[in-house]
Amino acid sequence: MFTLFFMDLGRKILSFMYFFGGLASLTAQTVYQTFKPPYKYGHIVEQCRKAGYDSLPIVSVVALFIGFIFALQFGYFMQRIGSEMYIASLVALAIVRELGPVVTALIVAGRVGAANPAELGSMQVTEQIDALETLATNPVKYLVVPRFVALSIMLPLLTLYANIIGILGSYLICVVKLGTTSSMYMNMTFSALFYKDLFTGLFKAWIFGMVIALVSCYEGFNVQGGAVGVGKATMRSVVFSFLMIIAADCFITALFYFIFP
Amino acid sequence: MIQIQRLSKEFNNNLVLNELSLNVQTGQTCVIIGRSGCGKSVLLKHIVGLLRPDSGKVLVQGKEVASLKELELVALRAKISMVFQGGALFDSMDITKNVGFGLLEHTRMSQKEILERVEESLSLVGLGGIGNLMPSELSGGMKKRVALARAICIKPEIILYDEPTTGVDPISGDSINELIRSLHDKLQVTSLVVTHDMKSAYHIADKIAMMYKGKIILEGTPEQIRETTDPVVHQFINGLSKGPITEVVDTFK
Repeated sequence: MFTLFFMDLGRKILSFMYFFGGLASLTAQTVYQTFKPPYKYGHIVEQCRKAGYDSLPIVSVVALFIGFIFALQFGYFMQRIGSEMYIASLVALAIVRELGPVVTALIVAGRVGAANPAELGSMQVTEQIDALETLATNPVKYLVVPRFVALSIMLPLLTLYANIIGILGSYLICVVKLGTTSSMYMNMTFSALFYKDLFTGLFKAWIFGMVIALVSCYEGFNVQGGAVGVGKATMRSVVFSFLMIIAADCFITALFYFIFP
Repeated sequence: MIQIQRLSKEFNNNLVLNELSLNVQTGQTCVIIGRSGCGKSVLLKHIVGLLRPDSGKVLVQGKEVASLKELELVALRAKISMVFQGGALFDSMDITKNVGFGLLEHTRMSQKEILERVEESLSLVGLGGIGNLMPSELSGGMKKRVALARAICIKPEIILYDEPTTGVDPISGDSINELIRSLHDKLQVTSLVVTHDMKSAYHIADKIAMMYKGKIILEGTPEQIRETTDPVVHQFINGLSKGPITEVVDTFK
């Protein structure tokens, strides 16, 4: 019983180390290939469209509702203590520092983090990635670099967009439902926010974009066992992306607000 | 020239290639026969550098593939084409882009020249005029012929074929055989063909090599293979269910 438990534990630890080793190796190759000419601008633009432009509708809806919900939740409590004027500041800080980057990253991890391993995994099982190599084309350069660059550009932009839409959602609730004046709301929002808040939020989004691209491509490249393997890789990609986004968020927050405040 | 010297490869404690040695001369068509799963495709992947040997060497045109640097490997691969078992066409591209991929990525040829070369390659495999279709719109046999067109489009010096006639109708199979033969006769392309199709093997081969238990157990001209008394080769080429190859399986029944 104990032997089986420790064998299982050992296998899990080895598999975890294998995952991080492989991911580190793919990261190094990707960074190297990103700066090595020739540059595939067409492929990057195509991936920007898929990861960024195509995510706009879902990001818009989610960000707007988050703005509504936060304004309503804070509004309910703040009205009781007569501090409605601070709702704008609280919502702005929460969205710009945390909710904007994290929620946008989770949405993109769900969309792109699932699509990448499904696409690359299918290419792997049908030997298309081998075919690329035999045609003297580096698969990391051709398949990973455009996704990596596109996500590291588009996630900060999507986050900025989500921040604006989220604050707009909260503004609508405060102005229409809670009776805050428009100018008061804008003043309280801008007085609460510092450049550092915006910078750390966008920095997080940049890191999350790279994490999603690398984890999803790594899982896609390591698919084994046909259709079942593609399904497993897709699930693992989304789960690991979520975990790594939350872990990275915690680390970056600690870095910017406690270690180097 | 392709030289394979004492090549070994193991996957999960399963020795697939066991000190295998084989030489293929420049311009020669060598056919490798053997049962499914005996490691024929693994051998081809070592030649093009997709797999690294556990021990032994693969030399292509005098260069050891596993020790080549990235740029040297790219240069070598520009001279080698491989036709994959399932075609391995890129799903996201139409047939023109699939066939012209190597030229689009690695040459400075104009769009017009590439289109002409693509159409010429597709016509050679009997599929002219399908350039605007997507791979999902083609049958299995057509995909295989497009893969062959992609292989010849870059005018390689060496072509590796992984079961080129499996899954195609007999007429298409024969035209693929004719094409392999004509590439050999006209352009002196070195070919290494993995197949189970003995009719095809006899038709195209200068040399046939039988692979069994990770080694080449016999090589010779088609006539020598046809007349061999080796019981393993005899059982395989005649497609007999009883014999030394299946004996091991029978003992477990």
